[in-house]
Amino acid sequence: MSRLTFLNARLVNPETDEVVTGGVTVENGRITDVAKGSVSPPAEGRIIDCGLKYLAPGIVDIGVKVCEPGERHKESYRSAGLAAAAGGVTTMVTRPDTTPAIDSPETLEFVTRRANEASPVNVLPMAALTKGREGREMTEIGFLLDAGAVAFTDCDRVIADTRVFSRALTYARSLDALVIAHPQDPGLSRGAAATSGKFASLRGLPTVSPMAERMALDRDLSLVEMTGARYHADQLTCARALPALERARANGLDVTAGTSIHHLTLNALDVADYRTFFKIKPPLRDEQDRLAVVDAVRTGLIDIISSMHTPQDEESKRLPFEEAASGAVALETLLPAAMRLYHAGLIELPVLWRAMSLNPAKRLGLDAGRLTPGAPADLVLFDPDAPFLMDRSTLRSKSRNTPFDGARMQGRVLATYVGGTCVFEKT
Amino acid sequence: MTFPHRHLLGIEALRPGEITALLDLADQYASLNRQPDKHADALAGLTQINMFFENSTRTQASFEIAGKRLGADVMNMAMQASSLKKGETLIDTALTLNAMHPDLLVVRHPHSGAVDLLAQKVNCAVLNAGDGRHEHPTQALLDALTIRRAKGRLHRLSIAICGDIAHSRVARSNIMLLGKMENRIRLIGPPTLMPSGISEFGVEVFDDMKKGLQDVDVVMMLRLQKERMDGGFIPSEREYFHRFGLDAEKLSYARTDAIVMHPGPMNRGVEIDGTIADDINRSVIQDQVEMGVAVRMAAMDLLARNLRLMREGAA
Repeated sequence: MSRLTFLNARLVNPETDEVVTGGVTVENGRITDVAKGSVSPPAEGRIIDCGLKYLAPGIVDIGVKVCEPGERHKESYRSAGLAAAAGGVTTMVTRPDTTPAIDSPETLEFVTRRANEASPVNVLPMAALTKGREGREMTEIGFLLDAGAVAFTDCDRVIADTRVFSRALTYARSLDALVIAHPQDPGLSRGAAATSGKFASLRGLPTVSPMAERMALDRDLSLVEMTGARYHADQLTCARALPALERARANGLDVTAGTSIHHLTLNALDVADYRTFFKIKPPLRDEQDRLAVVDAVRTGLIDIISSMHTPQDEESKRLPFEEAASGAVALETLLPAAMRLYHAGLIELPVLWRAMSLNPAKRLGLDAGRLTPGAPADLVLFDPDAPFLMDRSTLRSKSRNTPFDGARMQGRVLATYVGGTCVFEKT
Repeated sequence: MTFPHRHLLGIEALRPGEITALLDLADQYASLNRQPDKHADALAGLTQINMFFENSTRTQASFEIAGKRLGADVMNMAMQASSLKKGETLIDTALTLNAMHPDLLVVRHPHSGAVDLLAQKVNCAVLNAGDGRHEHPTQALLDALTIRRAKGRLHRLSIAICGDIAHSRVARSNIMLLGKMENRIRLIGPPTLMPSGISEFGVEVFDDMKKGLQDVDVVMMLRLQKERMDGGFIPSEREYFHRFGLDAEKLSYARTDAIVMHPGPMNRGVEIDGTIADDINRSVIQDQVEMGVAVRMAAMDLLARNLRLMREGAA
């Protein structure tokens, strides 16, 4: 029997909504005891004195893009796993928008095998909802579930045909499968590179109104009401979309919503002189929208914060803004960026961990995300105050397209544990 | 005179004093251009490359004449026909050209921000000859010079910019320049052709030509850029001409001495009535073309001075 004891830690507990000093005992990969106050060191096993640093459940990150199969030069399971470990992410829930799309049990099995071989953190794959993510025919949802798919999504492609989407939702409902959608009206958002407004107009960029998000969410929620499916909106990023979500909740629909760390910490003006590392999908919003979304996370209306980790190589970003690829890497910067919200006094640590760890685990039916006896010992030890200058050349991802390059950040991961095994330790 | 810029990428970075200085110099070149001997040597020994990633006859010719009159070695590259078709990226093309040591690079590109991107990668002075819907600084400067010569001043004028504002880099550069020089700007066009956030631009917006043109000093028409449209911004050309095309009746709402401008090329009968375009008492469209050469000579002269200073400093 292997035993590991953390002593002298500030425990961030998203379930009880508190931070207390105490210790955690881990046996055989699971938490067996959580004690408040000073704990006397046990006689056996390894002991880690946390020196009053913060110990929290590991991050469960829904929507990580690993570029296998197809574009392994951008990100492999190995590089993504190392980045995740260094970022305190203990479970990556991966996206199926690869080349080819993960839309059959065979490709899913390939992915699972690669992930198990190469990644030091847990990997749970999602599968496409329609074949080739083309929005025409649904995938083999039953087989894919059996093969280990935890959710079904066409990622940033919106199924324009409501008949196709409603049938996929209905079928998914019968299997109790979770469907994740990207609420963006496909017509309004076609070709857009920025959010409409003065800044984008002065820069001469093609724009999309934030209303495109609300329209698509309204449409999706109507279909959810019609079909009774379990639905998660991957990213809500603007104030106008939030009342619809609130209404759907009040009406008892099985609906959750996420947002990305970038939409919580950056705004449209950060694009400045066409900085393509700030080009993401949906585009960055204005400051009022950012603050509204931060508040929705604080109140719990928005359930989940994701990194939306999207690796892009240098060539796809060294282009004029309109032509450049969308997306940013974030596995390693998720926690330090989230600390910006904490240091700004906008969101407390337990609430952040509710959104980054507990809620995503619950939504996927995992027992992770908790500091409770019985939960897996997926833990992150971090120092929320440690300052550093972000240097993208230090990132472990194969792609280093982070908007935080050169930024002053505060908050570093000291160590990460998956099932009680240390997968990262800051040197 | 100080013009502390390495490149001319847009009006946004220019201060009012710098704009005035550039126009003053352009005035001198306008006089030179009317002499039988039009040659000066401000760019002697320098190499100017015109890189046009988008079709252009007028602007390219204007830059070419401007460079040649100042003694530069001018080369034109039609980029659509060359390496981009072979898959070379914009940055690689820029680096390749940079290795040939040009001194002035004149660039037009269909995407906003592309010229800024290119300017970061080369050692020479870059002039933006139009990037996407972003900026077209020499066009705004030549418009300003034309207005100043026709009206005797470039401030406290009421200026209407009419038509496809949303897709127009000319409109953006003009809004910025004329705003910096403290003029009243009115934008007139159908709401589908107005950019988002227009209410924050510090301009008045009209969708009725007669109301918008009331008592203005300058009427600036824009080309209806059909090639930029996804389709469906306006119902038809004839309805557009009826509501927004400049004809004698609509022009009668402007001041009696109002001038009419157009950056060209014109769509006669779409945005402007042919007789108005040809009316020598109102139309300054030919003057705009003339001032275009003078303004481009002035801009390249100023950038070349800075380039020489920089090189002396480095030597």
